[in-house]
Amino acid sequence: MSDPHSSAVADAAPITRDDVVHVARLARLALSETEIERFTGQLAAILDHARDVESLDVEGVPPMSHPFPLVNVLRDDVVGPCVDRDEVLAMAPAVEDGRFRVPPILGEEP
Amino acid sequence: MSATPNDGLTTAASIARAVRAGAASAREVLEGYLATIEGREPEIHAFNLVLADEARAVADEIDRRVAAGDDPGPLAGVPIALKDNLCTRGIPTTCSSKILEGWCPPYDATVVQKLAAAGAVSVGKTNLDEFAMGSSTENSAFGPTRNPHDTGRVPGGSSGGSAAAVAAGFAPVSLGSDTGGSIRQPASLCGVVGVKPTYGLVSRYGLVAFASSLDQIGPFAGTVEDAAILLDVIAGHDPRDSTSIPQAAAPVAPTLHDGVEGLRIGLIAELAGEGMASDVLGRLHAAAAALEAAGAKIGEASIPAATYGLSAYYLIAPAEASSNLARYDGVRYGERVDAPITGEMMEATRTAGFGDEVKRRIMLGTYALSAGYYDAYYGKALKVRTLIARDFDVAYEQFDLLLSPTSPTTAFRFGEKTADPLTMYLNDVCTIPTNLAGHAAMSVPFGVGDDGMPIGVQILAPALGEVPMFRAAAVLEAAAPTTGEVSA
Amino acid sequence: MTDVQDKTEPKVTVTSPTTGDEWEIVVGLEVHCELATATKLFCSCPNQFGDEPNTNVCPVCLGLPGSLPVLNHMVVEYAMTLGRALECSVEPSVFARKNYFYPDMPKDYQVSQFDRPINVDGFIDLADGSRVGIERAHIEEDTGKNMHKSTGGGGGNRIHDADYSLIDYNRAGVPLVEIVGRPDIRSGEQAKAYVDELRAILLATGVSDAKMEEGSMRCDANVSVRRVGDPVLGKRCEVKNLNSLRSIGRAIDHEALRQIDLLESGETVKQETRHWDEEKGRTRSGRSKEEAEDYRYFQEPDLVPLEPSAEWIAAIDAAMPLLPAARRVRLGAAAGVDPTAVALHVERGLDDLAVAAIEAGGDPARVLTHVEHNLAVTGAAALAPELLAQLVTLELEGKLTATQGKTVLADMVATGRDPETIAAELGFEAMDTSALEATIDEIIAANADDWSEFVTGDDKKRGKLTGFFVGQIMKATKGQADGKIVTAILNERRAAAG
Ligand SMILES: [Mg+2]
Ligand SMILES: [Zn+2]
Repeated sequence: MSDPHSSAVADAAPITRDDVVHVARLARLALSETEIERFTGQLAAILDHARDVESLDVEGVPPMSHPFPLVNVLRDDVVGPCVDRDEVLAMAPAVEDGRFRVPPILGEEP
Repeated sequence: MSATPNDGLTTAASIARAVRAGAASAREVLEGYLATIEGREPEIHAFNLVLADEARAVADEIDRRVAAGDDPGPLAGVPIALKDNLCTRGIPTTCSSKILEGWCPPYDATVVQKLAAAGAVSVGKTNLDEFAMGSSTENSAFGPTRNPHDTGRVPGGSSGGSAAAVAAGFAPVSLGSDTGGSIRQPASLCGVVGVKPTYGLVSRYGLVAFASSLDQIGPFAGTVEDAAILLDVIAGHDPRDSTSIPQAAAPVAPTLHDGVEGLRIGLIAELAGEGMASDVLGRLHAAAAALEAAGAKIGEASIPAATYGLSAYYLIAPAEASSNLARYDGVRYGERVDAPITGEMMEATRTAGFGDEVKRRIMLGTYALSAGYYDAYYGKALKVRTLIARDFDVAYEQFDLLLSPTSPTTAFRFGEKTADPLTMYLNDVCTIPTNLAGHAAMSVPFGVGDDGMPIGVQILAPALGEVPMFRAAAVLEAAAPTTGEVSA
Repeated sequence: MTDVQDKTEPKVTVTSPTTGDEWEIVVGLEVHCELATATKLFCSCPNQFGDEPNTNVCPVCLGLPGSLPVLNHMVVEYAMTLGRALECSVEPSVFARKNYFYPDMPKDYQVSQFDRPINVDGFIDLADGSRVGIERAHIEEDTGKNMHKSTGGGGGNRIHDADYSLIDYNRAGVPLVEIVGRPDIRSGEQAKAYVDELRAILLATGVSDAKMEEGSMRCDANVSVRRVGDPVLGKRCEVKNLNSLRSIGRAIDHEALRQIDLLESGETVKQETRHWDEEKGRTRSGRSKEEAEDYRYFQEPDLVPLEPSAEWIAAIDAAMPLLPAARRVRLGAAAGVDPTAVALHVERGLDDLAVAAIEAGGDPARVLTHVEHNLAVTGAAALAPELLAQLVTLELEGKLTATQGKTVLADMVATGRDPETIAAELGFEAMDTSALEATIDEIIAANADDWSEFVTGDDKKRGKLTGFFVGQIMKATKGQADGKIVTAILNERRAAAG
């Protein structure tokens, strides 16, 4: 029943607690112990359900990233209006000297 | 106080006609709706914010323009409710998330601009599942919306507030967004018309993104005609949205009553059996019979990959969402939870600001895109998407339109599906394939189920197939059994 | 354009100061250039350096919820122009999101190109004749700028002792092309030449103003070393913060020596990012790259693919100005010399003048000499080539000496007049050789002792005395004599006497 070429999902090992911790770190979410437990179980169930696509042969099938096939959508290089700085800064949690203020940035730019 | 809008003006079509002719005042119409809102909103909680004063100012301006001989447009004086993920300049836009609480966009969404230009009057921002992630509106950070037909039941979601607003008579029309069924499913559960237009027909500019390649804005209405008028106003190319379709689409309202004589309509076999409640299937077959009686040719269609849509969707949508929701980091807008360094501040802000379902989808999407898993999950899901689109292409060689249930069941009770996310996700099985293919579909009320709750039937059309889709919808509406007044 | 030439890579190695072993340095450069468009990559905010903070921003470049990007036509035009200038092939391409959290990046992802970049597989021919491969040159968006503040007064702009940071998003969304070079570079000197040549190409095409000091051209270097003959490349370090040509050369050479030192003392090189400290003249350790980044690249769903037509690419090629490498080849061919000999002429932007002067009949060697030595002045490029050709012809015919020619040339640049008019006005009469010979014989007679020493002395002595006699003769002829001819006559007389 299962096509040997299309069993990519099946080949992937079930999601582990460590995966969940790693992913939470990547996503900048701090999870409690109970949340880690719960998410591990729930994500495993969802990913397990996703295994139903095993039976589909996707060999040679191109991926579909856009539903409507458009190419070369471009705009002219003409300056338009900007937004008022005060209006934008008024929405910010912290500002100083016309800039957005944040706590010290440790760690470098990738 | 009377909760009945004045003089039977309960549709957008009749309101606009009367206001443009000077036969009714936009302000009076508005006051009728505001009175209804005042009466029942505390019970329903359709809105995150009611814009009574702002709406009054707009309505008065419409009346002044009419008096001066101006035509304010096809939605003159029509009250409308907006899903709270549509940006409104200077007005809070929260996505029903704590992380955006208090944020006022410095700009209007393109659809909001178009509505204003057509003379519509925004009455408020409606509740939704946080960032449109959910099928019951139970995931709102500000509390759930209740189904106006039975307040012990959910209105569906994620556009539950917009569906409930129309069902409760808070506005004749509203706007929602549909990523995997978020307009059609609540429309079905609340007994109103809900339309998911072709991807790219309506500009997404100013719609806070959930899953960019699937999201589409669309109308809710009490009647098919109102949905048509509203769609014609919001459709059209927008140079600010790169995925907006450049060629002009034919308007749907002018041909609304052309009937279905000769149209070939296919019942999707994969969505007309297992997993669907028997009363839902009963209404589906009654709808098919009604269309056949009106001259359509009914046959059985097959979308073999349709049922795999759920798997593909719950990888693609979270993957895009995980990236779209990265920007909520406490730096530029929204709530911030302070911490000694920026990295920790971002994490603390996101941890406190996002609800459980949003975190779950961010986690799922981040995992699906992460090194070593991309090919197995995200990459494969994109290929399944292609297969589904191909299946539709084959079916549309034989049929002009397809038919399926909108939702497998009628509205469920609060808490019934919150314990297990997967059970909740399975709700979207009928609606998801359309989003994956980028096609059009709409839900039209067609009677009630064994529990007396509304049931909608889904009409599916190929890309830019809105014109025949609306013709079929009008036929179904005319043939639908009257569900009676919404009980107060 | 220039691929007919047979390129030979100069074999550059360094000798270890401690062991005397021969090491090879392997360098690949990544250069980011801001494009000289009027507006940003995905929105219509001005692409303008140095404005008040957060004034050139809008919902799109601030990454506000609901905003969407629309690609700037001119960015594609410039990216393709640069790609073709780098001899790349222009390919159908897509945009991708590179996901990572950083506060200067408004969406917490960077829109870039990943597996399908617009330009692939090109090269740059350097002035010294070497060729450096280009892997790709893709479009991406710039970030905002962080300013690190210390409440304690000092601290300056350093990240490590900051108490907080301030962010300006004016630069966020400015269009960049990232040029990823192949690891073909073998020395700091060659790296400088590469960046210099790239800069010249950017300026020639008008694609970027390429100002390293304003950050519109930024450079990172991947540096590794291996013992000569070792086929395995060592672990590489990415050296950042190379803000000038000078620091590129110094940083690479320093980093290579640091790695050689480590390896020779039995230690290993850690794969990491290192920052160049121009003041201290050394690199310091940054982020370790041991744990691989997980950027979760995926195709940007808010943008559609880019598929430039063959006609569009042809139009780009047709509008391509002559580039430095081709200019060197052209002038070299016109003058009958190797292209490497005319790098300076091209760099100064005087190759058009030189080629036209040669084509107008000017003696190539004399034209090149004038351009190289006597025309490093403003206005030189506007000089009429026929007049330069006339000038060198007058010199060649002996009607003007080289010294007089130089004076006339300066006047020509300043006034635009022709050389004969100027020479006549200055009273520069061509001396005939018999008059000159008479003068030379007089000088010889008047300095008999020196003359006999000149005739019989060794090379060193004679060298000194040549200077003496030429000086005396120039004095007597008021500079009108040609130094070369004087020397030749002196040597004739010496041969006859000896
Ligand atoms: Mg890059
Ligand atoms: Zn902008």
